[in-house]
Amino acid sequence: MNHPYLPLTEQERRAMLKKLGLDSAEQLFAAIPAEIRDKARVELPMHTETEVKRIFTDWAEKNIPASRMVSFLGAGAYEHAVPAALRHLLGQSAFYTSYTPYQPEVSQGMLQAMFEFQTLITDLTGMDVANASLYDGPTALAEAVLLACQHTRRSKVLLFSGLNPEAEKVLHTYTGNLGIEVKSLPYREKRPDETAEALDNETAAVVLQNPDFLGRISAVEELSAIVHHMNAMLIVYINDPLSLALLEPPGTHGADLTVGEGQALGIPLSFGGPYLGFFAARKDLLRRLPGRVVGETVDLDGKRSFVLTLQTREQHIRRERATSNICSNQALCALAAVIYLALLGPEGLKETAAAAVRNSRYLFKELTRCPRVEPLINQPFFHEFPVRVPGDLPAITSRLQAKGFLPGFSLGDYRPEYSGGLLLYTSELRTQEEMDRFCNTLEGLL
Amino acid sequence: MMTMKKKTPSLLFEESRPGRRGFLPPTTNLPETGEELIPPGLRRRAPLRLPELSEMEVSRHFTSLAERNFGVDQGFYPLGSCTMKYNPKLLEDLAELPGFKGLHPLQGEETVQGALALCYYAERVFAALTGMDEYTLQPAAGAHGEQTGLFIIKAALRERGEKERNVILVPDTAHGTNPASATRTGFTVRTVPSSPEGIIEPAALEPHLGPKLAGMMLTNPNTLGLFEDRILEITALIHRHGGLVYYDGANLNAILGHARPGDMGFDLVHLNLHKTFATPHGGGGPGAGPLGVKAHLGKYLPVPRIISTQDGYNWSYDFPSTIGKVKGFWGHFSVVVKALAYILSLGGEGLQQAAEDAVLAANYLQKQLKEDFNLPYDRPCMHEFVLGGVKKPASGIRSLDLAKRILDYGIHPPTMYFPLVVAEALMIEPTESVTLELLDYFGQVMQEIAGQAREESNKLKAAPHSTPVRRPDEARAARNPVLKWRADSSVDPE
Repeated sequence: MNHPYLPLTEQERRAMLKKLGLDSAEQLFAAIPAEIRDKARVELPMHTETEVKRIFTDWAEKNIPASRMVSFLGAGAYEHAVPAALRHLLGQSAFYTSYTPYQPEVSQGMLQAMFEFQTLITDLTGMDVANASLYDGPTALAEAVLLACQHTRRSKVLLFSGLNPEAEKVLHTYTGNLGIEVKSLPYREKRPDETAEALDNETAAVVLQNPDFLGRISAVEELSAIVHHMNAMLIVYINDPLSLALLEPPGTHGADLTVGEGQALGIPLSFGGPYLGFFAARKDLLRRLPGRVVGETVDLDGKRSFVLTLQTREQHIRRERATSNICSNQALCALAAVIYLALLGPEGLKETAAAAVRNSRYLFKELTRCPRVEPLINQPFFHEFPVRVPGDLPAITSRLQAKGFLPGFSLGDYRPEYSGGLLLYTSELRTQEEMDRFCNTLEGLL
Repeated sequence: MMTMKKKTPSLLFEESRPGRRGFLPPTTNLPETGEELIPPGLRRRAPLRLPELSEMEVSRHFTSLAERNFGVDQGFYPLGSCTMKYNPKLLEDLAELPGFKGLHPLQGEETVQGALALCYYAERVFAALTGMDEYTLQPAAGAHGEQTGLFIIKAALRERGEKERNVILVPDTAHGTNPASATRTGFTVRTVPSSPEGIIEPAALEPHLGPKLAGMMLTNPNTLGLFEDRILEITALIHRHGGLVYYDGANLNAILGHARPGDMGFDLVHLNLHKTFATPHGGGGPGAGPLGVKAHLGKYLPVPRIISTQDGYNWSYDFPSTIGKVKGFWGHFSVVVKALAYILSLGGEGLQQAAEDAVLAANYLQKQLKEDFNLPYDRPCMHEFVLGGVKKPASGIRSLDLAKRILDYGIHPPTMYFPLVVAEALMIEPTESVTLELLDYFGQVMQEIAGQAREESNKLKAAPHSTPVRRPDEARAARNPVLKWRADSSVDPE
């Protein structure tokens, strides 16, 4: 068989077999018991490039992507304007076809980009150190909780209500298997006493998402004092790092760990993945970080160089004593985030976040003017907010969809008490005209 | 790679100049500034130190970084256990289709029928190729697949009322992730020594076959590139003593179309889509690690699962025995798109041919190299083989020196010092993405280097000679960790 992905020709294969003193390729597999080999053939046709393209285009066209609708759907995955240059720079195959940079001499490009990523994440979050990324936000949170339990030698975690449900579910899977107790706390308004009461000397960490799943922004400072008073750790979860362009970073307020989902930094929605987990910590937790970390050093000639470092934490050295089993990072997604942040710069990032906030206030005002549409919160919010819509929400949703709107996340699926609730996200991409049209259309359906 | 002498790229932060910008975000005509809508007490006061650069500078920066990086497109990459095969360009294009790329994970099922159909089909194809019954696409990577599989083993034992079973066996040749994942999920790890022939003999399991046995993790072929030919006895033995057997799919590329883990008796299998199915490694990720199980473990798989009904495809959370969710949303969708496109491009026959070519190339190289290098397990190999350093080297020459010298020939070095059972290990996996000329060239290079190791050891000790940096000081990096840029403390780039 001669195939574009298989460079060896039939003739070359025969010559190679001959050199090995073999008559057929079958003999290469002689170590496999015959009863296994007999069953291994899989009937699956081969396709030309044109055919494969057609098959996948058909699948793609059976979807109606959010990017083609006027979308108000966020809830943990956020569409933003992505500079055209990003795709071109990220698409250089010296980046995407490389492996983990174990040979620093030929990996300085990726290593430097990861060092830049770590710097950018520490700047955004106000933390001391960051790793070179993890699978996604929810798994980064699970890693943070495990770190806190190991560090404090305690096994209880408190979660404030308002944590992204995906992150909460993943956290429960991890903790449930390791005997870590997870307790929920009601949304923290100005009731620090309640938090203090829930904290005991078994509590390893308190987890707060800010802005929370419903978009609410809260002050972290006093909470941090309460948590630290009990020698527990404060973990802040960030769902859209663009919020950090406008909000005081958790590091300033004494967060011990700030982790989250970095998808909003130039990574496409892609039906949920791959995304980008980030993980930032206080300096003294450096040697407990999970995953890859890049450090600066010098080479034989004294030139600045970058290397994977602190590898003695990792599985390929420590095996069963490693700080984590993770042996990859989301390097290419982290690289996308670096390119995105480099292109946007401080002004671009602030303007983007501010435009999203401005849009959310406008839509909130316009929507709550509609008869019987009620706000579900009365706190300041970022670029996302919940309202209750009267009537049959699934029916309204599908009529809105028919008119080209993706109306948001239905909160009844998340918590029964929010039944009839709709969580709406307004990116900087939404225009006043689109929002007006959405409000008018919705009003017409009520 | 162009050879013209170029300036070492500075860091983004060093290139920054106040006032430059690389993008104008969309504007609206709403009156407020947005920032003012944040209550003053919550507003950011800390400075935001992102770099300020024009689009041109950002383009040059990342282009020059790419020039300082080596991927499969740049040259031969025989990095053992990593399966650095060619990443077909078509795969990248397909993942970029707007109907995939612009799809929000929480859209209503009626608007994502194509994506659900694709995932459902991918699960069936993975199952057929590995001889398993049911699949989840959630795990983000191989190690994450292992963790998911171990959670499932735990759940199954718990439901059987056998919580006291907490020992996971791993061979001494296992990837480091195996023991790390087992510890991470609350198991105790016991290491099983391999025989002088480099494989696991059933007798080696005997001391561990008791009421505490939870299961065993194995990769086959193992990391020495040898097929565990007693595998049917091993899996039967573990089963007889109440354990489950986990297949680490890292080395599946050797046997596609020639042997299926399901037929070897494995209960769980993870795939490394970035190895076996040609999706790019991305400089360390994202990969994907779908997990397959035999029918008896299907009920424990993560939720939601895709179910097919007469109305189309739906998400279902209705699996009461599930271990729950292991990742946000549904997994690395675009990686699954690429892997499936690769599979359909090759078909069953093409995949079988790919495995044959990979094994043929490895044996061809092994034969060429064993004259000059130690080959501790001298028998036909599968997709990779492990050398134990060069024969009769000048004093002080180590495999690290050989590897660094290989860089001077435009080739990525093999995996070094793994597996641990071989001293001075160099683990070589050519994959099927080779030409005969390339294999012969690599053979010559290695022969030349072996000669230098005997007669010109200084050349090796000082290698590499042609790379942008040479042997960065890793000890210094670990002793005094500098993990971010600071204007005052950075070393001079030149």
